[in-house]
Amino acid sequence: MRDQSIKKVMVLGSGPIIIGQAAEFDYAGTQACRSLKEEGIEVVLVNSNPATIMTDGDIADKVYIEPLTVPTVTKIIEKEKPDSVLPTLGGQTGLNLAMELDELGVLKANNVRLIGINAASIKKAEDRQEFKDTMEKIGEPCIESLVVHDVESAVDFSAKIGYPVIVRPAFTLGGTGGGIAYDEEELREICANGLRLSRVTEVLIEKCISGWKEIEFEVMRDSNGNCITVCSMENLDPVGIHTGDSIVVAPTQTLMNKEYQMLRAAALNIIEELDIEGGCNVQFALEPNSFQYAVIEVNPRVSRSSALASKATGFPIARVAAKIALGLTLDEIRNAVTGKTYAYFEPTIDYCVVKFPKWPFDKFVTAKRTLGTQMKATGEVMAIARTFESALQKAMHSLEENRKSLLHDDFLALSDKELEEIIHVADNTRVYAVAAAIYNEMPLEKIYDITKIDMWFLSKIKRIVDMEKLLMTGRCDAETLLEAKKLGFTDDVIAKNIGTTENAIRHLRMIWNIKPGFSLVDTCAAEFSAQTPYYYSDYGIENEVDTTHRKKKIMVLGSGPIRIGQGVEFDYCSVHSVWALKQAGCEAIIVNNNPETVSTDFDVSDKLYFEPLTPEYVTNIVDMEQPDGAIVQFGGQTAIKLTKTLHDLGVNILGTDADHVDAAEDRERFDEILEYCDIARPKGQTVFTTSEALVAAHSLGYPVLVRPSYVLGGQGMQIAASDEDIMEFMDLITRTIPDLSEHPVLIDKYLMGQEVEVDAICDGKDVLIPGIMEHIDRAGIHSGDSISVYPTVSLSDAVQKTIVDYTMRLASALHVIGMMNIQFIVLNEKVYIIEVNPRSSRTVPYISKVTGIPAISLATRTMLGEKLADMGFGTGLYKQSGYYAIKLPVFSFEKIIDADPYLGPEMKSTGEVLGISKDFNEALLKAFDGGGVSLPKDGKIIVTVRDKDKAEICEMLKEFKDSDFKFYATPGTRKALLEAGFEDVKPVNPITGDSPNIMDMLHAGDVSLIINTPTHGRVPSRDGFKLRRMSVESGTSCLTSLDAAKALMQSTFIVPSDKMSLTDIAKLKVQK
Amino acid sequence: MKAYLMLLDGSVFEGTAHGDFKETVCEIAYNTAMAGYVEALTDPANMGQGMLMSYPLIGGAGICKEDFESDSVKAAALLVHELCSAPSNFRSEGTLEELLKEYGVPCISDLDTRAIVRHLGKNGAMKGILTADISDKEALLKKVKETEVVPSLKEASLKEVTVFGAENQGASVAFFDFGTQKSVIDQFIARDCKVTVYPADTKAEEILKANPQVIFLSEGPGNPNDYTEQVEAVKVLKESGIPMLAVGLGHELLALAEGAKVEKMHTGHHGSNYPVSVPHLGKAFLTVQNHSYAVSEENLPESIEIMANNVNDGSVEAMRLKNKPIISVQFHPAAKVGPQSTDFIYDEILALAKEAK
Repeated sequence: MRDQSIKKVMVLGSGPIIIGQAAEFDYAGTQACRSLKEEGIEVVLVNSNPATIMTDGDIADKVYIEPLTVPTVTKIIEKEKPDSVLPTLGGQTGLNLAMELDELGVLKANNVRLIGINAASIKKAEDRQEFKDTMEKIGEPCIESLVVHDVESAVDFSAKIGYPVIVRPAFTLGGTGGGIAYDEEELREICANGLRLSRVTEVLIEKCISGWKEIEFEVMRDSNGNCITVCSMENLDPVGIHTGDSIVVAPTQTLMNKEYQMLRAAALNIIEELDIEGGCNVQFALEPNSFQYAVIEVNPRVSRSSALASKATGFPIARVAAKIALGLTLDEIRNAVTGKTYAYFEPTIDYCVVKFPKWPFDKFVTAKRTLGTQMKATGEVMAIARTFESALQKAMHSLEENRKSLLHDDFLALSDKELEEIIHVADNTRVYAVAAAIYNEMPLEKIYDITKIDMWFLSKIKRIVDMEKLLMTGRCDAETLLEAKKLGFTDDVIAKNIGTTENAIRHLRMIWNIKPGFSLVDTCAAEFSAQTPYYYSDYGIENEVDTTHRKKKIMVLGSGPIRIGQGVEFDYCSVHSVWALKQAGCEAIIVNNNPETVSTDFDVSDKLYFEPLTPEYVTNIVDMEQPDGAIVQFGGQTAIKLTKTLHDLGVNILGTDADHVDAAEDRERFDEILEYCDIARPKGQTVFTTSEALVAAHSLGYPVLVRPSYVLGGQGMQIAASDEDIMEFMDLITRTIPDLSEHPVLIDKYLMGQEVEVDAICDGKDVLIPGIMEHIDRAGIHSGDSISVYPTVSLSDAVQKTIVDYTMRLASALHVIGMMNIQFIVLNEKVYIIEVNPRSSRTVPYISKVTGIPAISLATRTMLGEKLADMGFGTGLYKQSGYYAIKLPVFSFEKIIDADPYLGPEMKSTGEVLGISKDFNEALLKAFDGGGVSLPKDGKIIVTVRDKDKAEICEMLKEFKDSDFKFYATPGTRKALLEAGFEDVKPVNPITGDSPNIMDMLHAGDVSLIINTPTHGRVPSRDGFKLRRMSVESGTSCLTSLDAAKALMQSTFIVPSDKMSLTDIAKLKVQK
Repeated sequence: MKAYLMLLDGSVFEGTAHGDFKETVCEIAYNTAMAGYVEALTDPANMGQGMLMSYPLIGGAGICKEDFESDSVKAAALLVHELCSAPSNFRSEGTLEELLKEYGVPCISDLDTRAIVRHLGKNGAMKGILTADISDKEALLKKVKETEVVPSLKEASLKEVTVFGAENQGASVAFFDFGTQKSVIDQFIARDCKVTVYPADTKAEEILKANPQVIFLSEGPGNPNDYTEQVEAVKVLKESGIPMLAVGLGHELLALAEGAKVEKMHTGHHGSNYPVSVPHLGKAFLTVQNHSYAVSEENLPESIEIMANNVNDGSVEAMRLKNKPIISVQFHPAAKVGPQSTDFIYDEILALAKEAK
């Protein structure tokens, strides 16, 4: 029964996107908030991440985009007076925060209770020792382990149980700071690091059970004690590789009923004991040759796995969890998919689901690609098919990594011995190495012995390899072709193997009537008829889609997996476009493959196709649906890349047409347009080879900006200061983009000015600019990694006028309809264009929220032919909001070993936070606070900068002469500072210098900030690199941008620490 | 070899022949459980049935005879999307294909199983024929129509009176077997009962002569209305005053014996995720079910009290006879292939027996 005493609920979000905590919590939070509102609850939402859908004014009643810290949330509780806090939707961040609020007595003092889970249960699940004791009490086996608080105890215990051992820090997310130690030396290092990262200085040392099967169960329980398992999952990669970095299949495949029921019963036993009223994830290790198992971990909240389980089964875990938290029981909650049955059942599926992680190693070329207990993936894709083989291949296609087949020349070229060595190491490409080994006829048993990947999976991979081998013989009859399609081969791979063209294969398929069918994901294997149109394709199956044209059909192309440069903000855009289309009376069809997102929630669009965003799969959908139009502006580069395919199929591209998209992206055509508009840009050239690049650089004069065309997030973009740099960068680019003739490289003169960014909505005649944003960091740092300020604080009126004028000229010249994003550089009052993107950008969610302009909705309406003049927001530059809103990038460097944290033209941040206030400095400070960068007013600051920045740092620090900051500097920097008149700068030796050096200070743990500008180069051996890595690993803020450092110091210095205002975003929207 | 499934309504689905393939007429029933194919195939309640698995990948963990629910494969046929030829599990003794061959059971793979489930969902469960030759559709249809699928309860049950747990100290249970799963007998043995299993053609008098403390009517295959002999026996047993528990087919036979109607359902319940609401306990339970017939609430005799209903379709899930120590459930409490949360029913009936003593 619904608990009527619950009226106002505070929902805690998960904050910025970092590795281990991505869009899944926006999905869960959004779904839960809507579920709560359905029950008449007033929802107060707190989340520092502005790119999310959950922070929209219409998702919750009160929305605070504020730091997820105890002081801030306490203030919000005092102001809003909720009766309950629901802490299970904001990941580890939300759970930890709830624990702290409880421990500090904040909840009690304000008469607020936790719902969904109580504090004692959180502790039972999260505290290592209590967890162990609890499991022991109910007879669930755990792995031999000991909780320690110091390194020596860890060493003693490990000597007793024997190496290898796993180190797991308590209260960290994504297993941060953990690892496997094979000997005492490794143990000492990993353990010390783990202790430091743990909120409670606590790590667990446990016996290593690498190689056991890793099985997960998603279970739910209500206040009446009713329990269900929503989904079982089996990791292809055995225990030892973080489940977030594993290829995962649902349901389990290699368990007999007996083991399945054993683990299912154990999972239910656990959720019962933990007294959870909501969802819970239980991870098991199962010894492959017996019934011996161990509970690895329990997450008493929604998680990445619960998002996957929801999408894999159609069962909306977060929605149901929210209702359970209000006291409703499973047999009282409707199954929203069937509309007729109830949530009290266990979903049964009639297909196979494969999840594949998306790793950021293309961005972090120096990073270690080995996978272990610490998660490294930024996102994931999911694929659905009737066979595992097809689901695996579809997932691979969804990654957009140019891997169309499991077989790759780089592995096929290797000898057996080399392959053997490679598959010994679990890294992001091991599955391709395994396929190559199978191709070379290495016995499966041998591969199993090395990798412990279950024989079932190896046999399936072999089936794929065998089919490709068969195709290589040139065999191409109807039966073979159908079989290949059933195994997930795309036409281009089939064509390549038999030596013909993709079109020829497609033609053959049409003749032989080998066409895909689309099936429904319905939670019940067709036992009941479902209401929700959630589809996947496969071959040899009937088509269930009703393609009747009732109203205008518009297809929105999504943005695929979360990756650096293309994050949750594009999902925000896709979802808002879908909502706008529905409101305009259209049938909105979405295509996407990311299980973590709101866009792939079953009730967002009118039809959801869970498919790879590649030409063949999109063509299949177009062939069947015959949409009246397609929108590619909101799905980032993933969607833009499909423009040509859609155009060639005769699909009407809504908004800016394909030709003008090309004009904006094509160097020469764009130059013509700029000339026509009389707008300047940094001089530049398009090149196809390294020697052309060198010639271009010489004619422009160093420094120059080098970047491949057609990429997002500045992938491969670098500032080159010399010929050596050019050669190094061109080499890197050609490694990821082998064919430069289609995607040439751009070489631009690098101007060091003020970067400015504008998002605009255009209807073909008028332009509406919600606001002008400027970057705190000077040009040269990728816009996604820059601190962005709205409204502009430093631009003169004349410059602002020019920017608005240029925006209008470009919108008109490029015939933009919908969104466009323009990046400018302002140098000496002159405005230059850097680039124009005729699509939505990552700043759209934030600018929409701060200004109250529903940008995506308006843009979608312009694409449908409406005029801005009729929409009530006016045209031109929109009036300034009364607030400063500052977007600060957030990084995940601690997760990626050997990634260099210095900032440059290539994007490295994984997420962002917003600081919002009527006061500029307070907004800044809130942004830093939300981003986890805190500097006490008397903090110790180490300064070590390259020679060319020394004059500037002296100038900058002058402003803080009256502050209480304590400055330390390395000899060169200190000398400059002393000469400039700073007496109070203490000396410290470089990181590799004699003691006392920076390393000693970091070890002592009382440094608040390091300001370091990098000497040039990507070679990881240099001192600067070591310093930056060391600061990341010791949890010390390190800023490589002088502008950002200054902003942090200035806001800390100026804003009084005792006062902090709060802003309800939902109100901004109403003010419009 | 190509193989076909033709349904009574003439629709044809194409696949590949496997197992001991031979032309077979059977009742097509889909099973939505994702685990437990060995248990289901050997469950006597599936006699006469062509088991259509809605989960597409079947046989991945191989087979293990220890997990049999009876002495052999009882299902008439197996219909799947993919039959795994390279299973992997430490207990696996071979492939599912080998098992089917050993027990003479035909199988069709490469079927669009979901399409068939949908077809049955739309048109109701029906008979069908597995065949390798569909050239003469008329003749095939005639064969489907004319072949009666009435599983013999005698064949489904144990052949002779057999005692299990002879040395146990608890209640003596007369286990009237209409085609039980082994694991049901185990439930009583685990509760220290002495279990005497009687074949399905046993006369009521013989059972009563042994003076049992509890009578159990087991689950089993087929249409209860076909089994008048057993209904007559139950009529006698229910008047004996001995506490009685009936499950599955047993529950249906009991209803018939008491004068209720038992009717064929649209597609029945075959899976491990059926929610059952029990108002007097204020709770709901997830249950394993395998039945195509259900007790009708229409013109229900006064003497029957409905104790539980299916949460989704409202069908009768449990009942008791007023003024008699007799309870019955349609679902399988404590079946091996799913939730065990309703096994307290065994305790309840044993408690009744204790009271009666």
